[in-house]
Formats: sequence, C-alpha cells, structure tokens
Amino acid sequence: MTPGVEAPQKLVGEPVRRVEDAPLITGAAKYLDDLELPGMAHVAILRSPHAHARITSIDTTKAAAHPGVIAVFTGRDFEHLPALPCAWQAGGVENFVNMPRALEIDRVSFTGAGVAAVVAESKYAAEDALELIEVDWEPLDVVVDAEQAAAEGALQLHENATGNIVMDWSCGEEQATEAALQEAEVVVRERLVNQRLIPTPMEGRGAAAEYEPATGNYTVWMTSQAPHIMRLLMTAFVFGISETKMRCIALHVGGGFGTKIFLYPEYVLMAALAEKVGRPVKWVETRRENYAATTHGRDHVTYVEIGAERDGTITALRAKTYANLGGVLSTIAPGIPTTLYGRMLSGAYRIPNIHCRVLGVYTNTGMVDAYRGAGRPEATYVVERAVDLLARELELDPVEIRRRNFIPPEDFPYDPGILRGLKYDTGDYEKALDRALEIVDYEGFRREQGEARRQGRYLGIGFSTYVEICGAAPSAWIGTVGEGWGASMWESANVRVHLTGKAVVTIGTQPQGQGHETTVAQVVASELGIPIEDVTVELGDTLGTPFGYGTYASRSAAVGAVAVYKSLQRIKEKARRIAAHMLEADAEDVVFEDGRAFVKGSPETGKTIQEIAGAAALGYDLPDGEEPFLDDTTYYDPPNCTFPFGTHVAVIEVDGETGEVALKRYVAVDDVGVVINPMIVDGQVHGGIAQGIAQALWEQGIYDENGQLATSSLMDYAVPKAGFFPPFEIDRTETPTDVNPLGVKGAGETGTIASTPAVVNAVMDALAPLGIRHLDMPLTPERLWRAMREAKA
Amino acid sequence: MHVAITVNGGLREADVEPRTLLVDFLRDHLGLTGTKIACDTSQCGSCTVHLDGKAVKSCTVLAVQADGTAVTTIEGLASNGALHAVQEAFHEKHGLQCGFCTPGMIMAAVDLLARSSEPTDEEIRHGLEGNLCRCTGYENIVRAVHEAAEVTR
Repeated sequence: MTPGVEAPQKLVGEPVRRVEDAPLITGAAKYLDDLELPGMAHVAILRSPHAHARITSIDTTKAAAHPGVIAVFTGRDFEHLPALPCAWQAGGVENFVNMPRALEIDRVSFTGAGVAAVVAESKYAAEDALELIEVDWEPLDVVVDAEQAAAEGALQLHENATGNIVMDWSCGEEQATEAALQEAEVVVRERLVNQRLIPTPMEGRGAAAEYEPATGNYTVWMTSQAPHIMRLLMTAFVFGISETKMRCIALHVGGGFGTKIFLYPEYVLMAALAEKVGRPVKWVETRRENYAATTHGRDHVTYVEIGAERDGTITALRAKTYANLGGVLSTIAPGIPTTLYGRMLSGAYRIPNIHCRVLGVYTNTGMVDAYRGAGRPEATYVVERAVDLLARELELDPVEIRRRNFIPPEDFPYDPGILRGLKYDTGDYEKALDRALEIVDYEGFRREQGEARRQGRYLGIGFSTYVEICGAAPSAWIGTVGEGWGASMWESANVRVHLTGKAVVTIGTQPQGQGHETTVAQVVASELGIPIEDVTVELGDTLGTPFGYGTYASRSAAVGAVAVYKSLQRIKEKARRIAAHMLEADAEDVVFEDGRAFVKGSPETGKTIQEIAGAAALGYDLPDGEEPFLDDTTYYDPPNCTFPFGTHVAVIEVDGETGEVALKRYVAVDDVGVVINPMIVDGQVHGGIAQGIAQALWEQGIYDENGQLATSSLMDYAVPKAGFFPPFEIDRTETPTDVNPLGVKGAGETGTIASTPAVVNAVMDALAPLGIRHLDMPLTPERLWRAMREAKA
Repeated sequence: MHVAITVNGGLREADVEPRTLLVDFLRDHLGLTGTKIACDTSQCGSCTVHLDGKAVKSCTVLAVQADGTAVTTIEGLASNGALHAVQEAFHEKHGLQCGFCTPGMIMAAVDLLARSSEPTDEEIRHGLEGNLCRCTGYENIVRAVHEAAEVTR
C-alpha cells in the first residue's frame, strides 16, 4: 500500500459530511454578486409598471447624462436579436409561442418586463439613472385569471394565440373515461385551485459578461442550474454564433428550485451589453425584481372527477386543467403542466380510465415555469385530494381506500396507460404506508381525535401516498418527436485518475445546494477504493466539462451519478488489465476489489489503484495495445425514468376560535431507491416538506385585477420562518430501481410533491364534523375562520 | 463622509456617500463578500453581522452609523485558523445546503448563543425568526445550534 493512504471504505450509504461546506461557512464562497471583474460596469434594468401596455416612446437623454452613467439602451438597440427560444413545447399539439426579448420593444404583457437598461460605474448610479428614463406608456386592458382569459370574448393578448391559448393538450382515453364515469356507482367532483407560488431562492438571479473583440468570444457568468443549456440556447437561438464562441459559468448558486434552469432576457442582455460598451458588465436582481421577473410556479385551476364502485375501487379519473403560463413563456413552460403533470395523474393507484386535458393560458402575469416538483406536486394534489374526497363520500377510512387501490408490488413494472410507454419501475407502496402508520400511531391518533372532538376541538390527520417521476429522461421518449423537449436528456461524466492516484471528475449537472460534489465523490471513492479527499469534482463551467443537461427533475443522481458510475466501471476494467500485466498474470485471473487488483485467491500480492494509476500514466510498461492513462467519459441515456414514492402524514389542530392551523406532527416515509448519502437526502426531504407545507398554509403569489403583483416582496409573501414548523419525523423504505446500476431514484423533490395534499387533507379531516369537505389553499386563519363560521351558522 | 470602523479586528477607513449601507461598505469597499444581500426590506437576515458584539442586519445600518464601532463579519468569526463552534456545528449537522443564508444564519446563531447558552428548540426557532432559509426547512439548523450550545458548554 502507498504510505498514508487509508484503507478503502465503502462510502455509498454513509452520512459523509459535505466536502462543499468549508467555503460556505467561512464566507469564502463566491456567488454571482461576489464576482468582481477588472473594469466592470454595473447594470440596472427599467421594468414595466404596467401589466399590459404599448410603449409609445422612450427618452433616455436625461438618464444618459447622469453622473456615472456610461450608456443607456432600449429594446430598439437589440432589435437584431430574436426573442428567446422555447425549448420545451407540449408534445403532439401545436404551441402558440410568444417569448420575451432581451428588452421589450413596443409592448409589454406583464409588470416587471424589462424595457431599458442603464450601464453605470456603480450600482448606485445605475439605479439613480433608472428614474430619469422617460417612457410614454399606453396602458391596455388586463386579464390576470386563466379561466377568464380562456373564456369566450376575453381580450386577446397575442396575435398568434387565439383565445389566449398556448396549447390545448390532452392525454389518456377520452371516450373510455367518459363511459366509465357514466357507469360509476359514485362520482365525486371538485374544483381545485393550485395557487401561484413565488419560488424565492435566497440568492436571486444575476449575470455578468465579458466580450473579447479580438476573438469574438463571450464569457457569461450566470446563476444557473444548467450552464451548458444556457450556452446552447444563447449561441444557437439568440446570437446565431458557434457555441464555441461562448463560455458559460455558474459560480456557487444560492438555491434555484427550478427558477435557475431557464434562459432569461437579462442573461442575453448582459452578453450583448458587454459587447456594446466594451467593458465587463454585471447585473444582480433585487428581491423585488426576483418576484416580478423571475419565474413563478404552479397556478392551476383543475376540475377533477373521480368515479368508483361503492366499495371504493376507483374506475375513472378525469381532469380539466387551466394552467396559467403568464404574459410570455419561460423556457420550458409548456412541458411542465403536460408531460410532468397530466401523465402522472394515476398516482399510486390502479385507475383503468384516465383522461386529462390541459389548456395553457396567457394572462397579464409573470412567467410560470418549473418550481420544485414541477407538475408532480400539482398532479399529486389533484389525485390525493380526489381520493380523500371519494373516501369522504363513501364514508371510508382514507387509509383503507388507498390500500384498496394501490398498485401492488407484483404489478411492477406498471404501465399506468398515460405515460406514453414508460412504466413505473419498482414500488412497494403499502410498505411505506405501514411504516408511516406505525410511526404516527394511527389507531392511537384516531382515539385521541375522538376524544378531542367530544371536547369540541378540531384535530385532523392527512395522508399523501404519492408517486413521482425522476431521472429525466430517455432521450427518444422526451425528445422533440416525443414529449416535445427540444433536445436529448442524457447526462455526461468524465473521470480521470491522475498519476498520483487522485481522481478528477467532471460532470454536466449543476448543484444549487444539493451536495453533488460529496455525493459523486462518495461513488468514486467507493468504486475506486480511494480516500474521499483524493476525489475532486469539477462542474459549472462549459469550458472543461463535457456537455450536460443540468440539474432539475431530480436527475443528478439517477442520471448524472450513473454516468460517473459507468465510467468508473470501465476505469476499473482497464486498471485490472494493467495490473495483470504488472503482476504477470492473465487478465481473466485478476480481480479489482476495494482499491486493489490481485490474482484471484492471493489477495496479499496485488497492486493498489495508486500504483496502477501511476503505471497507466507513465505508460512505459503497458499491455500491448493499451493506451496510457486511466480516463473515461460516459454519455448515459437512461432507459426509463425512475418513480420514487412514499407516505407523508400531517397531524394538525385547527383553532376553533381563530382558524389558525397548528402543525402538531409531520411524518414522512420516502422511498427514493438506494440512498448514497442519507444525511443529504434527509436535508432534501426537510427542505421540500417545508416548501410544500408553506403552499398548503401560507404562500400565495397574488396579482390584483390590474395585474399589479400584490405580493412583491418578502413583506407580503409568506416565506416560512423557523418557528413555523415542528421537528420533522423522517424515515425511509428502500426499494432499488432496476433502471440504473446504482439503484437510485432521486430525492430532490419528494418533499414538495408529497406534503401539500397531506396538510390540506389533514385540515379537511379536522373540519369534517362541520361538514366542510374542501377549501382552497393557502389555508390561512382568515379562510378557515370564515368557513367555520359559515358552517356553524 | 469619512468613516473609521474596526472590521474583524482591523481599523478600516474610507470616504463614503452618506447613503452607503453598511452591507455595501463591507462588500463593495472592503471586498468582504461573505455577507450576503437577499432582500430589499430587512426580512431575510442574510446580511447579519455583529456590531459591537450584537447581531444587526447590515442592510438596515448606514456605514456612517457604524463609524467608531467594531464590526465582525463571517470572515472574522474563525480565530487562529480554528472554526467557531457554530461554524463547525453547521457542517457537522448539515445545517446548510446552498449556503447563501448561512453567513447571516451563523452570525445570528452566535448572537443567540451569547444571550442563551442552553436554548430550547422553541427558543432557537424563535431566536432565528429574523433569518430566512429556503433549503433546509430549518430542521438541521436547529440541530446545529443545539450542537454548538452543547460543545461550547
């Protein structure tokens, strides 16, 4: 053994402390706003105060003359650049696309759209000059509600989108579902509002850019979950230049939750401004800009019908959904309420007949796109609420009705009939449910609830037995001819083992707090049998990392880490061949285990991975035909998606006087397949639960009838604080996926997907004695107080 | 206007516009970018630093108001190369994910522990109400503060 090298460890499955933390806890980590370039100028953007208006003229004279101002630009200055591309359109139907421009030229369709930019020596000077720009606005009529916008006679926002419809998409069997609902012994119907949310990563967006006239090369730094996609979209679809002429870099990213997947006008604008002014430029949004001009999430209105037999056996589910997509589209907006929503409406249940129609609708509101969970929280909310409403109607226990309809373990792989050929991979839904019931002591709770009800108290329990889809995605399934995503969805990795035995891994995914460096290093250390300190993970820069599609849809482990794993297998195979040569043995007789290659049966004489890496790198004594160096690149295209599942349980009490909801317990039993780092997975679950509970109880992005964002800052939008939550009780079952060799499914979004309906179901359970069967979110004290007062009257 | 502020133990002097916020002074004038800006309205606490030993939101203090005071930022928390117990505890208990709220959260937690050496769950959750985190659901932050309290005692 090489001196100083510790005994190899199996690190997969261990709660390894994060290798990312040191710069983050000492203030040394550089985020976008911490970037300082020589000669850098600062940019501020003038945004529309109107939700819908024509721009008659813009006078920038006074602003341009303000001290410290370098130049002022309007949309006319960038007329030559086309509007941003829409990279994911709903598959199989026509999409009527209207996209934002770097700066809007003659019309805006939501408050917050950028119309002019000031470049100045300081951010203070840039902000000051914004107020000196004179815009002549011609305000137009406004529509903010998706159902109203889609109704007959509504005002028309875009010429190409009749009836304000972005797309009219459906999945499932329309006639069979209609017939099944006709024949059902019982049908329950409800209108469910999944309100607009404002994602609120703690770091807002920002971008900086530099342009080299001599080479024509751009470097763009941005807050991004997918720098390679940013470069592809900007070069190929906006600037019309070779992608090799642009380098995109994501520094530390302070949370994203979906919002930093997309190409935004400001990123294009910074690259264009850097070229125009001949200096590096930087723009960092304020929280107000983040709320107005960064994407929002959810905003569905759904009419759901669920049909069943009297014993609770579900026979049909139909949903018609209005998805509010805003005034213009964000990068993948149409894909979220279609592929990731409609196709997941079978939930964890055998439902023989399903039909879903989704109308994507333009309104005078901010852009709506993926927010943590992206379509699956909306689907889970519809299914889990519908199942609870059905249980209520049939006077069945909500646990019992779920058991009766679960897809049983022996039915996997399971084809829900609406996934266009994909099948749920593996699952044991009752196992997770049983574990959750045990933790929460369901029978004990029902006794306690009975006692509380006799005392006039409103105690409730709610379940969410969800299934979701991760690991996007088989390229042939998701691509342009399939689900409409205008690219592939494989993921890449390169692994190099240097002469010293230290491994450098480059990956195409881009974390925003998920701990990829630690997770990937655990896989590398385990497979190669080297200390985790000897693994370096490089990411975030299109220069030096293989093309990758980025981090979202909980794909970084189920697709990204699998790419790493595959390269490691090939590296071990080569190491085995080289070791056999070094040991003068037949390659077939040599095995590689725990960081050493040795002849089968005599482990005492072998070669360490460090010795083999050294020999491979020096290259002067290798087997015939063997190339030097241990280096391998994988492009892994998954054969299927993965389908995590679990049971979440909320226990709440509603204050009968004030309508306030007290969260008493929160239990989550998730099954995300094999867990690489349980500490990191727990952290993902905690954060997701908090965001999902926040939707159920507190958060709502509100536009008034004039299209003004009433929740335009953290003063008005209820991001929860530490005191809002009880300690979370987390457990897991482990059903590995058979889709990939690591057995991992994905864990980034289960919390937001599962928790929202669990909490709403709990509140409805608490209010059942009052005959209240459904209230829309957020379940604020005022809303509950009014409903209780009305019910008692 | 001229300000002289002791930052992380060293006297720093500069001429600033009267409207300069302390957080901008720290970040833009001194290059101490560990302190973060995450809202415009003093809600989020990402900019929390210590001013004469007490936690303040540096976006709500003018640099000129800090004239003659001693300011500690996240960069000045470790001493002689050793991390502060709260920093260690955040690492140990996975009390951070993206890290953006972390400097402010750590500074607030240090202040909380200075006022209460053995806080309950409720006291920690209440004591950190001025600091928002969007990643952790606060669960592991609370555990980290308990851990730091225990280690320090």
